[in-house]
Amino acid sequence: MILSVENVSKRFGGLQALDKVTLSVNEGEIFGIIGPNGAGKTTLFNTINGVYPPTEGRIKFRGEDVTGLPPFDLSKRGLARTYQVVRPLGELTVRENVTVGACFGRENLPLEKAEKVADEILEFVGLTARNDMLASKLNVAQKKRLEMARALAARPILILLDEVLAGLNPQEVADMLGVVRKIREQGVTIIMIEHLMHAVMNLSDRVFVLDYGAQIAEGTPQEVSNHPKVIEAYLGDPEVAKRFLEGTPS
Amino acid sequence: MKTLKNISFWLLLVVIAGVAVVPIVQGNVSMREDAFFILMLVILASSTNIIMGYTGYVSFGHIVYFGTGGYVAFYLMQTFQWHFVLAALVGGVAASLLAFLLGNAVLRLRGAYFALSTIGINEAVRAFVSNFEPLGGSIGMFFNFSMYDAYGGAKNAGQLAYYAMVVLALMTIAASFLIKKSKFGLGLMSIREDQDASMVLGINPSRMKVITYTISAFFPAIAGAIFFFKNGLIEPGPAFELHRSVEALVMVMLGGFGTVTGPIVGAVVYERLRGFLITNETFSNFHLVIAGAMLLLIVLFVPAGLVGWLRLRFAAVRRFLE
Repeated sequence: MILSVENVSKRFGGLQALDKVTLSVNEGEIFGIIGPNGAGKTTLFNTINGVYPPTEGRIKFRGEDVTGLPPFDLSKRGLARTYQVVRPLGELTVRENVTVGACFGRENLPLEKAEKVADEILEFVGLTARNDMLASKLNVAQKKRLEMARALAARPILILLDEVLAGLNPQEVADMLGVVRKIREQGVTIIMIEHLMHAVMNLSDRVFVLDYGAQIAEGTPQEVSNHPKVIEAYLGDPEVAKRFLEGTPS
Repeated sequence: MKTLKNISFWLLLVVIAGVAVVPIVQGNVSMREDAFFILMLVILASSTNIIMGYTGYVSFGHIVYFGTGGYVAFYLMQTFQWHFVLAALVGGVAASLLAFLLGNAVLRLRGAYFALSTIGINEAVRAFVSNFEPLGGSIGMFFNFSMYDAYGGAKNAGQLAYYAMVVLALMTIAASFLIKKSKFGLGLMSIREDQDASMVLGINPSRMKVITYTISAFFPAIAGAIFFFKNGLIEPGPAFELHRSVEALVMVMLGGFGTVTGPIVGAVVYERLRGFLITNETFSNFHLVIAGAMLLLIVLFVPAGLVGWLRLRFAAVRRFLE
């Protein structure tokens, strides 16, 4: 087990964003997290990677208790993430952005080695042609790739992908899915939040469903999509439910 | 370090040293005085740029370290007859220590709040010094003229101060260059672009910012020590003059925010421009109006500054102009 989240709750004032969430992720798997808008998916990511500490509960990463550790500490331990709303370092070049990831990530590389790693990773995600462009000048699909490249450059053990497919056209989605598969082939464990059902259902080994901050189902994509509570909470419309069950693009 | 093999790094230092040597070779004292003042501005602008341009923290009251270094060194020279070089170094360390302590508190603030807090620090230190009798209070301190005898008289002391300023300017520019091209500098620029994203990428912003702030306080402090050593008189007003701080920001903006050469170019251009306007018959009465209007135009139309604009406009320039 690489990550275990035990009874984690997060409260913002009167809002219970996470309510006793418990999950565990095994090494090498793709773990999908789904749930309606506002279900607390991104909050769960923020709690896992230390952006804010949980109100209660514990988080263990590779057997060590990491509850409440700051994000830069978790990054050094091999946890990387991408943001749903991309956050490029706009006035730095694409290559510099990825170099930052390699410099300060798990391997804590010196600058010159980090630049080499950055070049490899940029090749891997297919951004080499944009090396010297300012990150702010990229289009959305490229920014998503950059976000991914920066996280990968840290050579993480576990990567949290927050809606890397959102806002992409079908071709770009297909390309990105290829990248995600290749990441897994390299032995990196992946937790992904995704709204694009056919993608998450096809890629994930297990799926976890959140609604109003609480777990409502967990299991293989088949089990989850047949779960009555999921159908009720997530797919009120029977027509959508049928498409969902068949795993066809919505 | 790759930077030490970088030709532009050495070229820049050689050019500055070469220009600085001209007044000495020609034996032109008035030219030397001009160069002394310009080098001081270069140091102030470059060190402001390290915290402002690289890290994105606008230190509005950075002059506080100039005054602090000046006062500490002056006190040591006047009261304990310390040698000027040693006193200046201790002044620099004292200012860095102050920056370290204050930085831990104020660098938690972001944007305008940080800028305001640095003004507050400057005003508070000035008020303290003005009322602190051991440092001469509001009257300040002055040297007995015989103090310069240890350096071979006032004339030689002036020469010595000039050499010291040249060396310090070279050190400041070298430090600025080395930081910019290092892993540490990349981390700073990452913080400037997005502090929260940087944290997720593995950067500890609090620690890096405090280190940077501490470094950026060291050079202006020594510049203050040199300036007031030569001046022979130190008072709270000129030591903690806020408008000099603002001028340093203007120089950074004019030359190019976050570049190595920008603050140097900015300092020289600003100083020359002001000198020209002040001595010109037509403009002398409203030189500040013209200077202000020009700055407005630059900020509106060339926000990257002179060097920044060249770097953006011509990709080839980026290879050698940092």
